[in-house]
Amino acid sequence: MPLWWPLLLASMLFGIGVYGVLARRNAVLVLMGVELMLNAVNINLVAFDAAFRDVLHGGQTLALFTIVIAAAEIGLALAIVLLVFRSHGHIDVDRLRDLADRDRLDLPEPRGAERGVR
Amino acid sequence: MSWVEAIFLLLSGIAVVSALLVVTTSHLVHAALWLVVTLGSVAGVFLVLAAEFVAWVQVLIYVGAVVVLLLFALMLTRAPTGPQPDLTVRRAVPAAVVGLLVAVLLGVTVVAGFQDVRIDLDRVVVGSAEVTGETIFRRWVLPFEVLSVLLLAALVGAIVLSRLRDREDG
Repeated sequence: MPLWWPLLLASMLFGIGVYGVLARRNAVLVLMGVELMLNAVNINLVAFDAAFRDVLHGGQTLALFTIVIAAAEIGLALAIVLLVFRSHGHIDVDRLRDLADRDRLDLPEPRGAERGVR
Repeated sequence: MSWVEAIFLLLSGIAVVSALLVVTTSHLVHAALWLVVTLGSVAGVFLVLAAEFVAWVQVLIYVGAVVVLLLFALMLTRAPTGPQPDLTVRRAVPAAVVGLLVAVLLGVTVVAGFQDVRIDLDRVVVGSAEVTGETIFRRWVLPFEVLSVLLLAALVGAIVLSRLRDREDG
C-alpha cells in the first residue's frame, strides 16, 4: 500500500474537521469537528509508524496519548459547554460575544458588530 | 490491488462520507451518530495499518465514551430532535473554502513528499497489546506518567467547573 493513501485520508478528514469547526454554530457540533481533526492526526501517526517500521512504536504510542488527551479535552469542554448553557440558556457560539472587543463598555449587545460597523 | 488495499479504500470512503455528513447534517443527534460511523471506520483503518491495540482503544474510548458524552451534552442542553436549518452559520461558503484549502494543501504536500514510500504490511510488527504494553512501560514511561497527571488535572477541572454554580448559590 502506498504511504500517501492514509496520509491523503488524514488530510481530507482534517479539512472536513476544519470546516465543521468554522461553520457550525452549536458548541457540541464544533467539538465534533475537533474530534475529526484529532482523528486525522492519529491516522498520520499510525501510518508513519507502519511505514518506517518504528522499533520504538513511537507512532502508535503517540496515537494512544493523543486519544487520552482528546478524552481529557472533551470532558473539560463539555463541562464548559454545560456551564455556558446554565448561564446563557443557549450554546450558540455566534451569540456568545461576552468577551467581544467593544468600543463602549455600556453597550450590552452591539447591534452593528456583526456587519463590522462600529 | 490486494484485498487489504481494497478494504482500506472502502473504509476510507465510508470515513470521508460519514465525516461530511457529521459536519453538514441538520439533525443534532444524527451528527453524533454519523460520528460513530466515522470513528468506527477510522478504527478499521488502524486495524489495516497493523495498530491493533490502538484500534480497540479507539473503539473503547471514542465510540464508547466520547460519543456518549457528546450525546449527554446534547440532551442536557435540550437539543431539539427535529431538523434545524440554522445549525450552520450564514457564511458557510468561506468556511468551506478554508476547509477545502487546508485539505488540498495538506494532501498535495503529503503526496508530493511521500510519493514513492510504500507500507510493507507483511513485514510490519503488529501493535498487539503485548508489544504496545512493552513499549509504553519500557520506553515511554515518563510521558505516560505525565499524561496521567494531565488526566487527573482534567478530572479536577471538570469537577470544579461543574460545581461552580453551587458554590455561588451557597
